[in-house]
Amino acid sequence: MIPELGHFALALATAIAAAQGVLLLWGASVRDRRMMAAAPAFALSQLLAAGFSFAALVWSHVVSDFSVLDVAQNSSSLTPLLYRITGTWGDHNGSILLWCLMLSGCGGAVALFGRELPAALRARVLGVLGLVSAGFLLFTLAASNPFLRLWPPPGQGQDVNPLLQDPGLAIHPPMLYAGYVGFSVAFAFAVAALIEGRVDAAWGRWVRPWTLGAWCLLTGGIALGSWWSYYELGWGGYWFWDPVENASLLPWLTGTALLHCAIVVEKREALKTWAVLLAIATFSLSLCGTFLVRSGLLDSVHSFAADPTQGIFILVLLALTVGGSLLLFALRAPALAPSGLFAPLSREGALVLNNILLCSIATVVFLGTLYPPFADLLAGQKISVGPPFFERTVLPLAVPLLAAMAVGPVLSWKRAELAPALLRLWWGALLAAIGGGAVALGWKLVPGLGIALALWIIAGAFAEIVDRIRLFRRPLGESLARLAGLRRSVFGTAIAHAGLGVTIAGISGMALAAHTLVFLRPGQSAHLAGYDWKYVSIAGATGANFTARVSTLVVSRNGHQVVVMHPGKRSFPISQMTTSEVAIWTNGFLDLYAVLGNERDGGAVFRLNYHPLAPEIWLGALVMALGGGLSLSDRRLRVGAPARRAAAAPAPVRAG
Amino acid sequence: MNRRTLLLAPLGVVVAGAAGVAVLLERDYVPSALPSMLIGKRPPRFRLPAQPPGPAFSSADLAAPPRPMLVNFFASWCIPCVQEAAMLRHLRQGGMKIWGIAYKDKPADAAAFLAENGNPYARLDSDLAGTVAINWGVYGVPETYLIDRSGIVRWRWAGALTREVVASRLNPLLRRYA
Repeated sequence: MIPELGHFALALATAIAAAQGVLLLWGASVRDRRMMAAAPAFALSQLLAAGFSFAALVWSHVVSDFSVLDVAQNSSSLTPLLYRITGTWGDHNGSILLWCLMLSGCGGAVALFGRELPAALRARVLGVLGLVSAGFLLFTLAASNPFLRLWPPPGQGQDVNPLLQDPGLAIHPPMLYAGYVGFSVAFAFAVAALIEGRVDAAWGRWVRPWTLGAWCLLTGGIALGSWWSYYELGWGGYWFWDPVENASLLPWLTGTALLHCAIVVEKREALKTWAVLLAIATFSLSLCGTFLVRSGLLDSVHSFAADPTQGIFILVLLALTVGGSLLLFALRAPALAPSGLFAPLSREGALVLNNILLCSIATVVFLGTLYPPFADLLAGQKISVGPPFFERTVLPLAVPLLAAMAVGPVLSWKRAELAPALLRLWWGALLAAIGGGAVALGWKLVPGLGIALALWIIAGAFAEIVDRIRLFRRPLGESLARLAGLRRSVFGTAIAHAGLGVTIAGISGMALAAHTLVFLRPGQSAHLAGYDWKYVSIAGATGANFTARVSTLVVSRNGHQVVVMHPGKRSFPISQMTTSEVAIWTNGFLDLYAVLGNERDGGAVFRLNYHPLAPEIWLGALVMALGGGLSLSDRRLRVGAPARRAAAAPAPVRAG
Repeated sequence: MNRRTLLLAPLGVVVAGAAGVAVLLERDYVPSALPSMLIGKRPPRFRLPAQPPGPAFSSADLAAPPRPMLVNFFASWCIPCVQEAAMLRHLRQGGMKIWGIAYKDKPADAAAFLAENGNPYARLDSDLAGTVAINWGVYGVPETYLIDRSGIVRWRWAGALTREVVASRLNPLLRRYA
């Protein structure tokens, strides 16, 4: 019964979304006040229906209702509760429903937090969101219904893919999806602006918090995914340039560009066309990231097998959403003329450079990802594009971006001079030279340059604050008072920039990683990176839905015991898979990483890795997301803050 | 280029891309599928020694199997083969005929591997030198070939047979050639 209710709620959500799309867009165009005022009611009831539908699916998984096909294929009664819940989005159908729920959630958020928006704009934004929602809900209903029944129900389900039975991956897809889907709001704002034929400073200010929120979630989602592949897949790598990873990186790159571009729109009313295009592109890439990858078009370790009808349906849906918005863009964008001017060398100019470089990186990644299928299509060639391509093409674009990133925030608005700005950064340059030099002399040149760049970025991130509070140029008390008076968004920017620096440091450190593959018998030791790894014993263990082998390694350095590690393996009888349970020890600045391989002849094969600065890769991403969150909490940026109203509507002219 | 044309460019790119993707979907494009020269042909001629517990088979034995069957290249030193073992056992229990060729593996090691992970193979060869595998065009182990009732190779899968591969690729072919 519950699955049928869920199915019905799904159909209801589809109908509400369609009505929301049509009525609100029509209502806004004929200026019907009542219809426009109904916008929040539509969005919230759609959210309610979609939420109920999703809850019904979660419920079916929790109670292991194997008469539901999806549950039978992705759950078993032995699966622990947490993974029964997360198994809801472990397969194609469930994850698409989650995606739709997130989209309804975005509409609901705009309805709740967008009270200060002009009624017509709000109706249009929610109308666009409603149309997109309707399309994807219809897809769920027609081509990937998660509520299909199975008769007779099997006694036992097929279990969740063991690789997905992991707490990191339990929250990774919802977070990533929230990031992807969050860009739908920026997209809806862009399309609404095109319909209205107007983009102004207020538009830039409204778009920013939504973009920033989505960006924070996407940053967190990508980092979690990368962390998961680091500790779960057991290869010791953190980024594989896998198409699924690239698909999440692309909207992140263009979303980052949009975030910076919206500042210029707000400050100078320039780059309007570009901002609108970026908003459309970012959401389009998010859509492609979710659906093209899921259709199995790009080779990937992650992809689900989908049937061709789903593929065609999705393609038509994508073509309508992306093509429709770009058609509107081609028709209406010529009317959006820039009004503000700025010199090439200025904060705005730096933001333009940021956009050019970010979008170049996005283009290169996009081409590399899509080249293999298109080479097959046009030339009939089987080609694979791997990490060497991406490393060689992304690096030359990323280095100038990162180098310029420290300088941008210390440039003044409108017109700036480079020399004084660089002088303000002398201490950052010194820090970078010392740190990078030390690494380069001690080990290798490239990691040294990476570390130098990381220190330069971190220094540059705080240079604006140092400059603003006149640190060491005025008495300390005055500096502190100025510090207290700074807006949160200034700190947010600095922290987010510094976070990227921390990630770069981690990536550079990983270039110094060492690993070895050894065969050890109990009592024997291996040596790696100054550590002695002694294999002590191995034992069997059992879990709810798996049996395991757990080994014991004692790691010591100069005779002092550092840690006891337990790398193991789990085999899942129901799904007939084996996963490796990597043992990782970290002190915050380096990881010791051990993987258990095959056992034979009374011994076992181990892969031992030494990863300097590895934790910084994800720590940096977390710092970035937190910086974004801090900025988001700034009153000035928050949607609905009273300060915005003056900018929103033309200010009433007062006599006198 | 004038501004209007420039603003049309993104749409043009997307339309071209969508058309391309549509054609790819139509063609049932599988990116991970490596083209095999053997598809639609008989396997190359070979005669190999038995891999214990055997018994051995030669290309002549593959000429006309009563039902479609699999030939699987494996090795004790290959980690995906361990992961695949459970799936092969499962297929064997379902009545699938699977013959194995141990690739570049000492017979004693391969026998120990089979003792530990179970032996799904009805017949077994040892290709210690790896020359027969070269003639088959083996890309790496594990690798599996589907041979139909007339002895023609219909499908090759490089990599472990997972539940998804069996469900979405192997089973439809088995139905077609049954």
